[in-house]
Amino acid sequence: MAYFIQLVFAGIALGCIFALIGLGFSIIFKASEVINFAQGELLLVGAYIVSAGVFEWHIPFFLALLLGITVTVAIGLLFERLVLSRMIGRPVFSILMITIGLDIVLRTIVIVRWGSNPIPAATPFGVTSGFNIGGVHFGTNDIWTIIVTVLLCAALFYFFRFTKYGLAMRATALDQEAALAVGINIRTVYALAWGIAAAIATIGGVFLAIDSFAIDPTFGNTALLAFPAIILGGLDSVSGAVVGGIIIGLAQVVTAGYESHFANVLGAGFHEITPYIIMILVLLIRPYGLFGTRKVERL
Amino acid sequence: MSVSAPTRKETTGAQPPRLLGSASRWITMSLALIVVVVFFSVANEDWLTIVNYTLIAAIAALGLNVLSGYTGQVSLGIAFFMAIGAYTAALLGGTPPTTQNEPLGFGLSFLFWLPAAGIVAALVGALVGPTALRLKGFYLGIVTLSLVFIGEYIFLNARGITGGPQGRTFPVPAFGDFSFDQQNTVFGIALTSGQQFFLLILPILALSALFVHNVMRSRAGRAFRAVRDNETGAAIMGVNLFEAKMGAFILSSFLAGIAGALFASYTRYVIPTNWNLVFSIQFVAAIIVGGIASIWGSILGAAFVFALPLVIDHFSLLPPSSGSGGLTSGDLNALIYGFLIIVFLLFEPGGLIGLARRSQALLRKFNRHGGEGGEPAEITDLPSTSDAQLDVGDSAVTRREGA
Repeated sequence: MAYFIQLVFAGIALGCIFALIGLGFSIIFKASEVINFAQGELLLVGAYIVSAGVFEWHIPFFLALLLGITVTVAIGLLFERLVLSRMIGRPVFSILMITIGLDIVLRTIVIVRWGSNPIPAATPFGVTSGFNIGGVHFGTNDIWTIIVTVLLCAALFYFFRFTKYGLAMRATALDQEAALAVGINIRTVYALAWGIAAAIATIGGVFLAIDSFAIDPTFGNTALLAFPAIILGGLDSVSGAVVGGIIIGLAQVVTAGYESHFANVLGAGFHEITPYIIMILVLLIRPYGLFGTRKVERL
Repeated sequence: MSVSAPTRKETTGAQPPRLLGSASRWITMSLALIVVVVFFSVANEDWLTIVNYTLIAAIAALGLNVLSGYTGQVSLGIAFFMAIGAYTAALLGGTPPTTQNEPLGFGLSFLFWLPAAGIVAALVGALVGPTALRLKGFYLGIVTLSLVFIGEYIFLNARGITGGPQGRTFPVPAFGDFSFDQQNTVFGIALTSGQQFFLLILPILALSALFVHNVMRSRAGRAFRAVRDNETGAAIMGVNLFEAKMGAFILSSFLAGIAGALFASYTRYVIPTNWNLVFSIQFVAAIIVGGIASIWGSILGAAFVFALPLVIDHFSLLPPSSGSGGLTSGDLNALIYGFLIIVFLLFEPGGLIGLARRSQALLRKFNRHGGEGGEPAEITDLPSTSDAQLDVGDSAVTRREGA
């Protein structure tokens, strides 16, 4: 039982990371109907800058975090302004592919600058610290992951619900033309969405790196696991991204914890594809996800 | 990709099939043949390797272009279908195992395993298609992406066929004692392994290109493009959306399967993690850089994405990969094509081919104004430069009518 609780705790912590990454995807999608394939690489760049800041340039962690957020937000804003704003009205295929172009460029820059070997993860707290209750270990970093996710979600909720720009963003998501008609500056809304998404990506990247003690360029692929999360939650639902993220994280960690008992049937590495299997099932049964709007077209 | 203007005149299919073609076409073909023959006789094994890989990649890029370029369905799963083809080839054509730990193989002839690779990949495509193609746009992209990850898991675990994480060897095409990995003498001419592969792969690519070209001129091909340009419109015109998408998906998987088998066979040894997302994305890059919905675009793009790093390595322009940073040929290439994806999609959605056509049209315009005697009247049928940017698929036909 303690083992199961341990897995659930670890699953929720991992799920919070997926939720953070997924939030970035769905905020951008909600505002501009763009799926940003480069989100995983924004995360990668952010996490690398934080790690390099601490271990290479020897600056304090929080300064490095600020630097990482600044750089990724700058990349996001520049890409939105210089590239995506020229792609309005172009087919989905082109927009998707152009974010893949950014993805390739960012990943390659990381590989060229820091190599493909792992570098240590920067963390403001000891990686092995924590406490035990009834045989269950609660790691400090896992607890912080959960706390930060909750705080960020609360802040975002406040922003979307009670601030002027949050209202503008919701209005744009609902009906772009109507939003334009009442004088909302759509460009500001897009920029805000990309800025928030890039900043959250960096925070998610730092926690993802801490979770596995080191970071290497394949982390961009791990970030793709946020896709199953947001599809489960509903692509255009911000709260859905959080719920979806936690479910996917739980599913992955619990599968990883028990798959060795079924090794002769499942083989190795089944937990790596459970999120995708869940996603395909969701797409077959309920393609708009748990909280999404029913508008996914099917044949 | 539905970049075509809705008012665009549909020229494809209006023209009856011409077996012999015009004089200028004959001259182009002869020139191409001469280039091939000259290359074939003077190139060393290194260059043949580079060209052979490019030709194989071009077959897969052509397959992806059928699905993504002509039919407008986003796919990131081409590596999965290539792997299916490769492992079909390995299972059917591989040497029968001598110990229990070796992966299976039935030792069949390549005349059997090569078509089978395409057919099995097409069957898998037909199996996956109904699920995947119910979804559109981003969703289809994400589902095909998950196919790559699920495939990797299956291939890592299916040790009997794939050799597990250690990988396995793949069969080499052979007729009896005539094996393509050794030097052989045909009609008194000694052929190296690279030359034999070249003579095998080039006709396969040419046949695939001809096949795709003809499909795109047929009713099915017009349906593909109609689906890409406007699904509702296509459905109103009587196109069965599901049939058209499935047709494109199956044809695309077939070509990917053939290319995968050839790729694995030419590489000789492949581990399951080679069929990864980056591999898939390279083909996406190839068709965008080369030219969406264009046969020559697929070939040019494949050459750009897959041959360039090999060429850089051939001349040792950059140090080999060390794992601790520094610019390698692969990195430089990835930077270039990643950047070019953005630049081309922004400014020239027709890719290199679009660029070539646009400059050709400009040149003719210039000739018409500056040259003497003028050009034949049909030239006025050419798309204007702004059209050429939008018109990515079919201006080849228009141009030929004018030539």
